[in-house]
Formats: sequence, C-alpha cells, structure tokens
Amino acid sequence: MRRINFARIAVNVVLAAALPLAAGAQQMESHIGNLTGHSDAGRQLYFRYCWGCHGPHGNGMGENEPWVTPQPRNFVAAVFKCRSTPTGTLPLDSDLFNTLKRGFNFTNMPSWAALTDQNRADLVAFIKTFSPRWKSEKPGDPIQIPPEPTLTIGSIKHGQELFQKLECWKCHGQEGRGDGPSASTLTDSNDQPIRPYDFTSDNRSKCGRTNQDLYKIFMTGVDGTPMPSFADVVKPEDAWDLVHFLRTLQYNNPSPELTMWEGTPEGKAIVAAKRVKQTYTGSGVKP
Amino acid sequence: MDVRGTGVVGGRFRLGTTLLGSIALLVVLLFSCSSASALPAFARKYGMPCSSCHEAWPKLSPFGQQFKDNGYQMGNDRDAPIFQNPSYWPVTFRITPQWHRESTNKAQVDGVDGVGADEAKVTTHGFDWSGLDFHTAGTLANNISFYVLPSSDNTGAFHFESVWARLDNIAGSSWLNVKFGKFELDNLLSEKRILTLTNVGGFYENYHFQPMVAPGVPEASYSFGIGDNQVGIEWMGHSKDDRTRVSASLLSSNDGTPGLPTSRGYDGFFAASQAFQLGSLGLQRVGGFAYIGEAPTYFQYTLNGTGIPGTGIGNKGFQRYGLIGMWYIKKFDITTMYFHGKDDATLATTLALTGAPPTPPTGAHSPTWNGALFESHYNFNPQLILINRYEMVRMSQQVFSTNPGNLGNVDTLTFGVRYYPFISSRAGFAYHGEYAISRIRGASPVTLTDLVSSSLLAGIDFDF
Repeated sequence: MRRINFARIAVNVVLAAALPLAAGAQQMESHIGNLTGHSDAGRQLYFRYCWGCHGPHGNGMGENEPWVTPQPRNFVAAVFKCRSTPTGTLPLDSDLFNTLKRGFNFTNMPSWAALTDQNRADLVAFIKTFSPRWKSEKPGDPIQIPPEPTLTIGSIKHGQELFQKLECWKCHGQEGRGDGPSASTLTDSNDQPIRPYDFTSDNRSKCGRTNQDLYKIFMTGVDGTPMPSFADVVKPEDAWDLVHFLRTLQYNNPSPELTMWEGTPEGKAIVAAKRVKQTYTGSGVKP
Repeated sequence: MDVRGTGVVGGRFRLGTTLLGSIALLVVLLFSCSSASALPAFARKYGMPCSSCHEAWPKLSPFGQQFKDNGYQMGNDRDAPIFQNPSYWPVTFRITPQWHRESTNKAQVDGVDGVGADEAKVTTHGFDWSGLDFHTAGTLANNISFYVLPSSDNTGAFHFESVWARLDNIAGSSWLNVKFGKFELDNLLSEKRILTLTNVGGFYENYHFQPMVAPGVPEASYSFGIGDNQVGIEWMGHSKDDRTRVSASLLSSNDGTPGLPTSRGYDGFFAASQAFQLGSLGLQRVGGFAYIGEAPTYFQYTLNGTGIPGTGIGNKGFQRYGLIGMWYIKKFDITTMYFHGKDDATLATTLALTGAPPTPPTGAHSPTWNGALFESHYNFNPQLILINRYEMVRMSQQVFSTNPGNLGNVDTLTFGVRYYPFISSRAGFAYHGEYAISRIRGASPVTLTDLVSSSLLAGIDFDF
C-alpha cells in the first residue's frame, strides 16, 4: 500500500497558498468611478475564476484552451474587443469592468454580474499586470458619442445604403445572417476562424445591447477581429443611420426601428420574406 | 426522511430513536454521501474550474448560486445541449472512502447475564465508504433545466433524491421560474451542499429537530426535515445579478416520500433574501424562510388494522421559521441562523397512526423551541478551507410541563478541513478531515441522562 507522503502534502499546501503569487508580480490599480481595484486582491479572484481558460500567465492558454472556441483572451497581448477607445489603443478600465459584468455571448465567457463591483475592479487591476503595455501606454481617449438623432424612415433607408456602400454585406451577408461571401475566410488575430455577427440571431452583440453599443462598435472596431473601425470614413450621423438599419435586420427582436420599418410596404415585404418559420431547436435562437 | 439523501437514517434525531438500539446499527447507517454537490458535469460543459461556482465544493459561491438560480445556465447563449458535443452526457458521481471513529457515551446494551437493559460507552472505528450519488443535471433546451439524482446508501440501495424539471426565465423574466418534482427547498444554507460529512456533523440539527415527547419517549411518528428534499412545485424569482431572491413552494405533506403514503395535505415553504455589497469585505446576504406544514394524526381507513396509504386525515399543523445572515470579511465568512419551531400538541404526541383519532394526553402542550447556528469558514484559497460550526437547540415549551425544561436540548460542535490538491474543470478531489461532537439532554436510552456522541473522520471525497 502506498504510504501517505505528509511532506508532499505540506508542500502542496504551501504551493497552493503561494500559487497566486507566481503570476503578476507587479502591482496595478484600476479606477472605475469611485472604485479602486487592486491587483493583489484581483490575483486571488483570478486564480479562483479565470485561470482555467485564460491560463496562469494570462496568455489565454489555460487548461481548457484546446476546447474553447473562440480562444480565451490573451491578456499579455492586451488586445481587447470591446472598447470605448479608438482602434489599436488600450481600453478604459471601465470597458474591461463592463465586459466582465456583461460577458460575451456565443463564447465561453459568462457574465460575472454575481461578483461585487469591487471584485470586478480588482480583477481588472490584475488583468493589467499581464502586459507591459499597461505600463508603457495609456488608454486611448474615449470616442464621443453624439446624441442619437430622431428615428425616421429616411434614416433607416440611408443606413441601408451605407450597408451596401461600406460593404458590410461582404461579411455579414445581405440579410445580416453572418453568411456573406467573405465570411468563411475570416480569421481572428490568433489565425482562428471567426464568424461575423449574425444580426438575425436575436441575440445581443458581444459588446452590449444598446444602440450606443452598436455605434461604438463602428467607431472603435473590434480589435483582434476583422471588424475594422469606421471612424475615419463614417460621419457620426451616418453611423447612427447604420445603427437604425441594422436593428431592422433583427427580425425577431422587437425594436422601434423594426416597427417603423415594418410600417412601410417595402419594409414589411422584406421582413416577411426574410423571416423563416421552422422547428424550434431549443437552442434559444429563434429561426 | 434521511438527512443526506440515502434513504437511511443519518440525522441524530433519527438517532434519537436509533441510538436507543446499538452503536453497531449506527455504523451500518453511517456515512452516505451528500445528495447535491459539485457537478463536474457542469465544469466539463462550460470549461470552468470547480472554484468558479464553489467557494469550496460543494459550497456555492455567489457566481455558482446565480448559475443554479438561472437553471444551470451561464446565459452566454451556449446553454442548450444543441451546442454541446453530441457525446456529452451530463453525469457526475460522488463517493467518499474513509476511515472514521464513532463513539456514544450511553448506548443501550443488555444487562448483566442478558437480563434487563444497561448503558455503556461504545466506540468503534475502521475503514468504510459513503453512499454513492449519481447526479444527472443540466439543460434539456434553452431555459428548460432538469435534475435527476439516484442516490444510494453504502450498501447500494438506491432511491431518488431529486427528480425535477424547471421552466426557467419564463417570458424572458428572471422572476419567473417554475420547478416541478422532488427538490431541495430553497434553503440559503443548503444541507445538500454541506461541507461536513460525519454522522454527527454532516447535517444541520435545526433542519431536522423534532421534540421528544417525554423522558424515554422519542419524537412523534410524523417525520419532517426542512433539509429533506420535498415533492411539489416551486416558483422562484431573482434579480439578474441574483442579489434579490424569492421563492414559494407548494408541497405534498409527505416529507419527500414517494407514493403518497400518508395524507392528502399540502405544505407551503417561503424564502426571501437580499444580498448587498459592503465595501471590499464581500457580498453579504440576509434572508428569512418559513415552512407551514401539516401532517395526519390517523387513518381514515384501515385494512386488517393497517392504515391504507394516502388516507391519512386529522391533519395538524407544524411550523418552522428562520432568519439567516451570511457575512463575509474577505477570506473569512460566517453564517448565522436563528430558527424557531412549533408543533401541534396532538401531532407532537401521536406516536403511531391508527384508525382512530388520537386524543392528546392530558396536559400536553404544543411544543416550541428556538435554535441557532454559527458556521464559519476561512478560505485560504480555492484549495484549502477550514470549517467550524456550532449549533444549538433550546426547548422553550416542553410537550409536558413535567418534562425537564432542557429535555432534548441539543449542542453540536464541528471542526473540519478540506484540502483540494488540484482544481480543474474535469473532476473534484478533496482530502477531508473532521471531528464533531454533540450532546442531547436527557436522551440516553436507560438512565435518561445526557447522550453524547462524537465522530472523527478522515477521507477522500471525490467526484467526476
């Protein structure tokens, strides 16, 4: 019978206590409103909740990485999808904070709303210890979001024109189903295949549910993916028109834009033609 | 009903009856495994380590509680099984091989030369194993969840501990969730997720306490434990972040027993709690619960003198109320609970159901009692947790005024440690050490003095 090695157990206990100290030796803070996050507190949380996917070194190579699609975020690269800052820049602490609270749909990243605000602020602080970028660079200046203009049919139709002109359809497809002619060729910054967002899926987009969130995506891009920033080519009022049009592609998701669009003969015919009735699969995605 | 989901008696109030026998029988009854716990099936499905949902498995973290309340769904649109590899099968088993020592200061034994009854201190120890739980749980489709738990004692005799399906987030609202079947009550302090495993410390005294009728006369025939899984329908609602939780259940009055064995009565259980942040200390939670129940006192019909199942009538009421607080100071946390119970006098003095309405003995009162629990943990890190619990039950009204005022009062003290040498998203493994001791006033079988029992356990608790 194998003897119990108490010395080994004792070493394991010590290592377990010291494990979180192995990563992120530098100290960082995060600042979200009145909250100040501390990396030493975040370290404990990271090694409870996050390391299985993001890995002990924050490089996205956790034990589950081989089975997670898309791959877990690589915090060492410090490239983040959902930002309020221009493309290529570091996000605000609040961007990361909100991402933790929201989670990413259609990925393995859940919402961490059950944690306290302080917990999330601490986690943000710790995440920043993984990349030297946070020491050498400052986050970009957040983009300005002008007030949303009044919704009109003209706005929706102009957005429809922009959808064609900007060639959004090449990736997202003419009907917004994420099946454009380029869709199958797209890869992310890890050279992994990536599928464009399917507007008809009736699910929230990765970076939030609101029109403001959609606006931000155009203007900041989704770094690490083929979705570029249109800040240099789209005027703010055009971006809002595009937002209004994209809402009409969400055929099963009631919105003021969809209601107005269906109120026109043209819009009603288009939406009716695109709606597909079929067996509910239980996936939560309406056909 | 068993305490830890085995179909055998594990609770000490069962022992209030059972201990009057012998400790040998006790050993047979010992150590079944908990009937709800960490489910590596979930960890495998979502690729998350046990420590995400459990402060130390099987104890839930706030994130794990939210996951449970959301119908075992993360809400990241990958919850439905249609997104899983077709070979995925949501099954987990849990068992605990162990060495344990059991001691009772006054077990009933034969008198000298086999004449009469006597008491003796009986101690035994040796290697053993727990019962086995087979958990199958998860989602059948988006917002439809289920849980089926065949559970055995350590002889392999199975029963169903949980059998339910739940409609989650009805009409898109987290306030509308309906569960149907046999399930654990919405206890914030979950006995099915208890961190201690011994016969003495592996359950919550307050969840199962029933008052003794008189010195030498154990509790009444009706059986109830707020820690027992019950059969019925539950509405549960919670805020998106799970800070606010409320639930109400309509339950058959049979303590979770299948086959409608006693009456046609129904019970109600209600629970509510609110969590709030307190600076950097952590997420605090306060709440309360109430169980309003009834149980039959005789059978409407008998056959050959035996009651016909399901025809129990003459229902009399019992109530259980509690207030709970879960307080966190960073890595240290303590749960405090106040408990109050009351049984109808007739119910409390009915020792067996017959075909005739019982008449409560002259002078019988409706017994009442108060209880308290203090359970603290120090969570060094996800791999190591220290556990301490003290529970007490104090009778405030005895069934008979002639009873000693402290008859049946209980004190239980438990210490434990669990070390998880690895934390993964595939399986759970813990070295478990525990010592627990309890005292019941006036419960020894012959001399009617204090009954003291203790358990010591070292084991390996694992699931996969």
